[in-house]
Amino acid sequence: MIINGVAIDDTFAEAFGMRGTRLIITAHNETWALNSANALTGFATSVIGCGAEAGIERLLAPPETPDGRPGVSVLLFAMSSKELIKQVERRVGQCVLTSPTSAVFAGLDEGDPVPLGKTLRYFGDGFQTSKQIAGKRYWRVPVMDGEFLVQDTARMVRAVGGGNFLVLADSQVQALEACEAAIVEMRKLPDVAMPFPGGVVRSGSKVGSKYKALSASTNDAFCPTLRGATKSELDERIGAVLEIVIDGLTDASVKKAMEVGMRAVCGIGAAGGIRRLSAGNYGGKLGQFQYHLREILS
Amino acid sequence: MSALVFTLRNAPTQRVDVGMLNPTALAGQSVADIAAIRLSVGRTTPSVGELFDIAGDDVGDIVFRAGCDRLERIGAGMKSGRISVEGDAGAYVGQGLLGGVITISGSAGAFCASGMKGGRIEIAGNVGDAAGGAIPGDMKGMAGGLLLVAGNAGERLGDRMRRGQILVSGNAGDFCGTRMIAGTIAVAGSVGAYPGYLMKRGTLIVTGTPAQLVPGFVDCGPHRLGFLSLLYASWKGLPGAFGALDTGACTVRRYMGDMSVSGRGELLVRG
Repeated sequence: MIINGVAIDDTFAEAFGMRGTRLIITAHNETWALNSANALTGFATSVIGCGAEAGIERLLAPPETPDGRPGVSVLLFAMSSKELIKQVERRVGQCVLTSPTSAVFAGLDEGDPVPLGKTLRYFGDGFQTSKQIAGKRYWRVPVMDGEFLVQDTARMVRAVGGGNFLVLADSQVQALEACEAAIVEMRKLPDVAMPFPGGVVRSGSKVGSKYKALSASTNDAFCPTLRGATKSELDERIGAVLEIVIDGLTDASVKKAMEVGMRAVCGIGAAGGIRRLSAGNYGGKLGQFQYHLREILS
Repeated sequence: MSALVFTLRNAPTQRVDVGMLNPTALAGQSVADIAAIRLSVGRTTPSVGELFDIAGDDVGDIVFRAGCDRLERIGAGMKSGRISVEGDAGAYVGQGLLGGVITISGSAGAFCASGMKGGRIEIAGNVGDAAGGAIPGDMKGMAGGLLLVAGNAGERLGDRMRRGQILVSGNAGDFCGTRMIAGTIAVAGSVGAYPGYLMKRGTLIVTGTPAQLVPGFVDCGPHRLGFLSLLYASWKGLPGAFGALDTGACTVRRYMGDMSVSGRGELLVRG
């Protein structure tokens, strides 16, 4: 399959079942909502080293948020319910509670409970108070700039992590610009987050390593500088490969994001130095979900 | 099916407990069965059919026509459905209400919504003393749901209230929110003396600083409280003074009290 001069590999992205939640962070203005959201989703690129994968889903206008202030919708994913609960407590406690004027609410109404204010309220040292409003419980925790308003419980659902595609281009700059264009389009979609910096990752990995201590190591088959020295997947035209990883609340949302992203890249096409689209997988043995590139783009 | 209408033939000489004439208690009963139910009026036990003209057959939608302040415990213990009273109602309206809606086009007596746990009561007129309050012997008053009063409330509004919301568009009497354990009371008009007396927790929202404040309330200053925007938004569209509040107008003067007990309650003064 070739679209606009871009060859689509006959391969698939392999993704895993994760647990995911959405949180709504609001603040006095968009800047402070983003400050808080950026901190919460920081150092959350891969569960391998961060415990969670997270990203900003979108900005919310005041009419869209529970308290009528500017807000940010963030998505968090982890490999287990227990880990997600731990990550939510730590990240909200350290990054939202601490952020001036912030408040945080559950972004999902259905699913298994994730304690939010339920545990963070103890910061109030007995001065915290709860309010039940429209069937939902909130906590008001006194802080130095007023009150930190936090919903008692968020909800988590079975989600999908690790949807991906690889952009193979003539040069590093061309690969990066194509990924930037893809991310712009993908960020318009609901229910997905691209957790790496700017949504793009350069250090794609393979399972295992020559070093016993490492469970993953550089994906040498896609490293252009090793083209002649390893069993490379790259021909002589490919100068750089970049990957976009997608976590989503549903199977369909990940698939849609991959399609939109890949179409954006194909839109640049061979004229922009884009040669191939491929994907990362483990031979189909590890992940629950498979996203076949040609099927998605057909 | 049409609403089951009980039209009072003559105003009773004594109080009548009509608590069992609610959608939950009457579910599955025929009109003949209902007409044969015995009610207590003093030392007599007239049947429902002797006290009321009965029309209609939908036990889920009950109407008391020609209401009277001697009809007590209207809707007590109801779990779902609707009761409308055309006129006044007596004491204990919605006592222990679990769900459904009760509307009173006139006024209601004392202890309205006492022990209520869910549902909604709307009073177009006034309510008597201790609305949402605990009856003698009970440890707590209202424990959930919404009580909407378009007129005025009597004394000791929400006495020992545990949860739920009471919104009074008119004035409230003395000792509003006394011994309150939790929940929210909002009064759009004036409140009488000593609101929040012995209040442990909960929120009392008033308009203008009360003339006589309990010494156990301490001034914490004016603040923007974010939860008020959620609260006001949840009231949007309700009849009365609270249905059209500006959700952005969340700055209030906060008094905490009553410090003579746990002191975790709050009196929030709007505007």
